[in-house]
Amino acid sequence: MKIEETTSAIVSEFESFDDWMDKYNYLIELGKSLPLIDEKYKVEANLIQGCQSRVWLHAEFDGNLIHFTADSDAVITKGIANLLIRTFSGQPPQEILDSSTEFLKEIGLTEHLSPTRSNGMLSMIKQIKMYALAFKTKAAMGN
Amino acid sequence: MSPELKTQITGIDPEKIRIDFPILGRKVHNKPLVYFDNAATTQKPQVVIDALVNYYTGLNSNVHRGVHYLSQQATVAFEEVRQKIQRFINARFCHEIIYTRGCTESINLVAASWGRANIGPGDEILISGMEHHSNIVPWQMLCEEKGAALKVCPLHPDGSLDMQAYSAMLGEKTRMVAITHISNTLGTVNPVKEITRLAHEKGITVLIDGAQALSHMKVDVQDIGCDFYAFSAHKVYGPMGIGGLYGREEVLNAMPPYQGGGEMIKSVTFEKTIYNELPFKFEAGTPNVGDVIGFGAAIEYISNIGLDQIGAWEHELLAYATEKLSADPLVRIIGTAPGKASLISFLIDGIHPYDAGTIIDHMGIAVRTGTHCTQPLMDSLGISGTIRASFAFYNTKQEIDRLIEAIEKVKEFFL
Repeated sequence: MKIEETTSAIVSEFESFDDWMDKYNYLIELGKSLPLIDEKYKVEANLIQGCQSRVWLHAEFDGNLIHFTADSDAVITKGIANLLIRTFSGQPPQEILDSSTEFLKEIGLTEHLSPTRSNGMLSMIKQIKMYALAFKTKAAMGN
Repeated sequence: MSPELKTQITGIDPEKIRIDFPILGRKVHNKPLVYFDNAATTQKPQVVIDALVNYYTGLNSNVHRGVHYLSQQATVAFEEVRQKIQRFINARFCHEIIYTRGCTESINLVAASWGRANIGPGDEILISGMEHHSNIVPWQMLCEEKGAALKVCPLHPDGSLDMQAYSAMLGEKTRMVAITHISNTLGTVNPVKEITRLAHEKGITVLIDGAQALSHMKVDVQDIGCDFYAFSAHKVYGPMGIGGLYGREEVLNAMPPYQGGGEMIKSVTFEKTIYNELPFKFEAGTPNVGDVIGFGAAIEYISNIGLDQIGAWEHELLAYATEKLSADPLVRIIGTAPGKASLISFLIDGIHPYDAGTIIDHMGIAVRTGTHCTQPLMDSLGISGTIRASFAFYNTKQEIDRLIEAIEKVKEFFL
């Protein structure tokens, strides 16, 4: 599935919620169902330091696609990580670099997008794009 | 004692007080705002907002220089506030009050200026384990520059300062003690007079970080006896971007200037500059006149209500909130020192503070979650953050009830 297809699916899922409580219940559900990260990847080097909750992000490149796994000590943050992984994991580096994260605004999660002291969502996106750039460069050099 | 009776005794009627604070009438997430983030910044009464508007509509001009009417009037108003602050904290002289951008800059001023002249290799600076980053980092920077050492006085498990350890840590090499009056995370009120007395017995200079204290209690810098007392206006119902440093005249006179520029000079030639007298020696550049005048209005406002009354009502709110939160077996209060100021840090078992704070926010309640700029304290407590509710005299018991309801909602979401 292409990135835009996933993001528009996410947007329509969130549109079905009448109030914020349903939305957060869903995010919490997503958080609880986030596929477990291999414990060996929950290391300092994979830590994205947000001020309020800790997020670990691990990336693997199979030569074509990047696969992400993540974890956090806060459930809402895990829910957001789940959305990001669903969107970006299994995509080629260039697709990730070209993609827009506007959908996060559309689903009304802007409060989690504040640049500092928040939950590191912005840092997560930045880190995902950094990996994409790094793997793209690596692949180009390999050729 | 019934709440009603106590209200009459304290003389604070929060419902009347609230009318003075326009922001308290607004809604957040479609619910009436409950503002419990007063330790981060307090809201501003209409008289402060009016003072700012009136300054810019009728008085704005640069101070100390012009012979024209507006400049003279602005200078008078600007210097009158210095006298108000002097009386408010009972300094001996008004030139012992230096205007700064806030408490953080005040501490940086002392670290840079006093530190430059008085700290050398091997010297020690003693802080406590409950300090805000603002009272840690400037000293760390000074220590790195000078080859000095930063020492940290430990706390008791209830969050009070270990005074026995403190006494023992005042050593031959200690040059400065820099300790907060009230902890912004734990609410602990430190015995600053005793802290100062013990340090002065050994000839050690003392700075008290008063950021959290001025809004809650009568502060008397002469009674405390400290050499420096740092504070911010925005935590005392005044504007952001203005604050002050009290320094004892002798100590300030012996210090080199902080920044160079206009205002702080008596005469300038390319060969030599003669520095101005106190307080102007430390006030380089055009000062923040409008916010100083707003600060003056804030001091007048709370002085008219009375800090004793304010403190009494806030303590009642604290006692009420402590009782309600303690009744919940899943809530753990962080910081239980006797005689605390009106803030409560707490955790809900099994729920990350960020998750709890997100839901509480959606219930229209502003609390702070995270480390509260006291990361070393969090590390020593072995926690990654807390939820903090900090009360002001415009808060009510009904608002605390709404927080308790919100905590129930949080539990429904996550447990």
